[in-house]
Amino acid sequence: MSCAEALQAYGLRAIGIGERLLPRSEITLCEQVVLIGSGMIWNLYFAGLALLLGFGFAVLLALGKASASPLAALPAQGFVYFFRGTPLFIQFFFAYESFVLLPKVGVTLDLGFVVMNAETGWLTRAWLGALIVLFLNTSAYTAEIFHGALRAVPRGELEAADSVGMTGFRKFRRIVFPTMLRLAWPSYTNEAIFLFHATALVFFSSFPAWRQQGDALYYAAYFAEATFNPFVAYPIVAAYFVAGTVLLILAFGLVGARLNRHLPREARAKFRFRPQFIR
Amino acid sequence: MWKTIEAAGIAAILAATAGAAAAQTVRMGTEGAYPPYNFINDKGEIDGFEREMGDEACKRAGLDCVWVKNDWDSIIPNLVSGNYDTIIAGMSITDERDEVIDFTDPYIPPSPSAYVALAGQDVDLSGGVIAAQTSTIQAGHIAETGATLVEFATPDETIAAVRNGEADAVLADKDYLEPIVNESGGELVFVGGDVPLGGGIGMGLRESDGELRAKFNAVIAEMKADGTLNAMLAKWFTENTPKW
Amino acid sequence: MIGDCSDPAALEGAAWMLCYLTTPKHMNFYWSFLTVLGLLAVTVPFIMAFGLAGAFAKRARLAPVRWLGALYTTMVRGVPDIVFFLFVPIALDQGIEYLRHRVLCPDMVGPVWVGNDFVVCPAAKAPLSTASAFVHDLYGFALAVVAYAIVFGAFAANVIDGALRAVPKGQVEAAEAVGMSPGQIRRRIVLPQMWVYALPGLSNLWMILVKATPLLFLLGIEDIVYWARELGGMKTQAFDYPHPDWRLWYFGALMIFYLLLTWVSQIGFERLTARASRGMAGAR
Repeated sequence: MSCAEALQAYGLRAIGIGERLLPRSEITLCEQVVLIGSGMIWNLYFAGLALLLGFGFAVLLALGKASASPLAALPAQGFVYFFRGTPLFIQFFFAYESFVLLPKVGVTLDLGFVVMNAETGWLTRAWLGALIVLFLNTSAYTAEIFHGALRAVPRGELEAADSVGMTGFRKFRRIVFPTMLRLAWPSYTNEAIFLFHATALVFFSSFPAWRQQGDALYYAAYFAEATFNPFVAYPIVAAYFVAGTVLLILAFGLVGARLNRHLPREARAKFRFRPQFIR
Repeated sequence: MWKTIEAAGIAAILAATAGAAAAQTVRMGTEGAYPPYNFINDKGEIDGFEREMGDEACKRAGLDCVWVKNDWDSIIPNLVSGNYDTIIAGMSITDERDEVIDFTDPYIPPSPSAYVALAGQDVDLSGGVIAAQTSTIQAGHIAETGATLVEFATPDETIAAVRNGEADAVLADKDYLEPIVNESGGELVFVGGDVPLGGGIGMGLRESDGELRAKFNAVIAEMKADGTLNAMLAKWFTENTPKW
Repeated sequence: MIGDCSDPAALEGAAWMLCYLTTPKHMNFYWSFLTVLGLLAVTVPFIMAFGLAGAFAKRARLAPVRWLGALYTTMVRGVPDIVFFLFVPIALDQGIEYLRHRVLCPDMVGPVWVGNDFVVCPAAKAPLSTASAFVHDLYGFALAVVAYAIVFGAFAANVIDGALRAVPKGQVEAAEAVGMSPGQIRRRIVLPQMWVYALPGLSNLWMILVKATPLLFLLGIEDIVYWARELGGMKTQAFDYPHPDWRLWYFGALMIFYLLLTWVSQIGFERLTARASRGMAGAR
């Protein structure tokens, strides 16, 4: 099979477009590169959505954790403690085993403009079930980072806000939130890298692959098994992840630069690939 | 005294050079999760048809056998890289596998695979969602039919998927499914007919291990001839299981 | 005490449960918790060694060494740990056997790869196929330790590198002024203080390491995840203690184990930090 043919047959195989059967014998390098690459679609999907959704929830959790009211603080603390205290790998197992116990019912959601049919059975599928676990997990870690940054917001800035009469949401939106984000950004970048890498666990834990549609590592493992040679497929998946990580760092770097744009160069909180990972 | 030790030593060296007449250690790789073929019993030991059959075969061939557990999905790679010397894990003989490893003659005759589903459900076997264990002949078969394949790492999980409705049916060796169906109290039933797959179950060996293969082939032939294998099949499987 | 478990089928209720939970197979499960703790205990020194080597390589005078250090630390950070765990033990195992093959069986000239097979002479097998099951387990465990040390050593190198930079320059200059050699400065001034700065990062790393231990299961080691899956799965009448699918309970137990482990670790590190920062003004 030529490379162009492989691209056509397997380029989007991970989302069910293209050749139905996976390559079985006389596997070429092109097929491995293409199919593993198509699996990266899932890694990007999981990482992208979990980070996006997790960001919002994490801000709420961080505020809850910092809240003076125990009604808000305790649940937030408990949530963060639970998800940071147990391994993601076990969380996947546990979530899957719980989801399959749910009764299979269809729910019709009327959102006003569109009517959706949802099924609880979807929870046992990776695209939803694993996404939920990743979302909750990254929310907890991100909340911890944001909580730390929240406490580090300089007192002077808060006093200045008070002195000009800012209160409540306005003070939060214009003073607290931007500074918190700026301070948290380097650690948050590291969290994003961790989460991106953690997506490789999805099909290796309990969530089964449907129609042989899996992530990059799923296909790498398939090839390692089919060719009995781990020395090609695993380096390919590693290379994809390195490339993805570099892109992620660049993208986060751009946002970080924007968050710091008002500061003199030497005062900017730099992203270090080094010590600041909080996990 | 020292003379006997020396003599024994020399004898051992001679024997070893003469073609390993001294008991050769053979590491037997199995999955330990596929009752009644092989499983971990409550004592934490490998048990099942293949344990009994393998031990007997080793005894007859004068081999010193050690049992090793290995996950199904890496069982062939770990054989070819030499972590153990045989696969004895209910592995069906297929052309694809035969390209990379060698098989002994089958010790279980070609026995059918079958579909199992929840009782009272109308299952579309050629278009529905069918569960199977990853990289089994059954998974390969489903991928070729029009059905949606859901793969699981262990056989156990495939059954659980049918029970909780995640999959419409499971395709597996009938001998594995039969005790489960019998004990389910009518919850699970066989659907569709039997599906003949594979060329019987044999031991997998590295292609470079022709000598070991010949030894096991001789013993398997002997055990077929004197009825030992049939007795073991009758002990571990149901009366429907084909015999030699 | 534990009653008579010789006939499980006749038992009921609590007696059945008690006998069930004390089968030799369950004992294996309980032991595997020690395997996890053992792995943690054994790996930490190796991780620190890799970490120190990586950190000093990154600061070496010789440019190639510096590049090597940078490559190692960034490389590992760019790739998911699970990929390393799937790859490193196999590569290591075959590498060791290849070297032993070349040294121990010089008269065998054929290639090591015969078709799909990786064939070395029997004497080069690591460990020897005649070795006891215990030795094989130990070898597998050692490979896992190395895999963990490589991955987490890179993390540790980053932490230590940052901590080394954090040691105040003035102190190094003062040491130079009193005539200490570079080696003396490193031993007496930089390293003792570095730990204080490295402690937050290292405690974090420990937490990450703890939460990476379930991946042992993917290295073919019979750890707690392996036994939880094996014991929790549905059991037919072929077993002494048949039961339906109980994996949820077993995974619940694992969750509690990890919550306890992280809780104890947290307390331990808080004490350690308090101790290490004695006599340091304003140290975190």
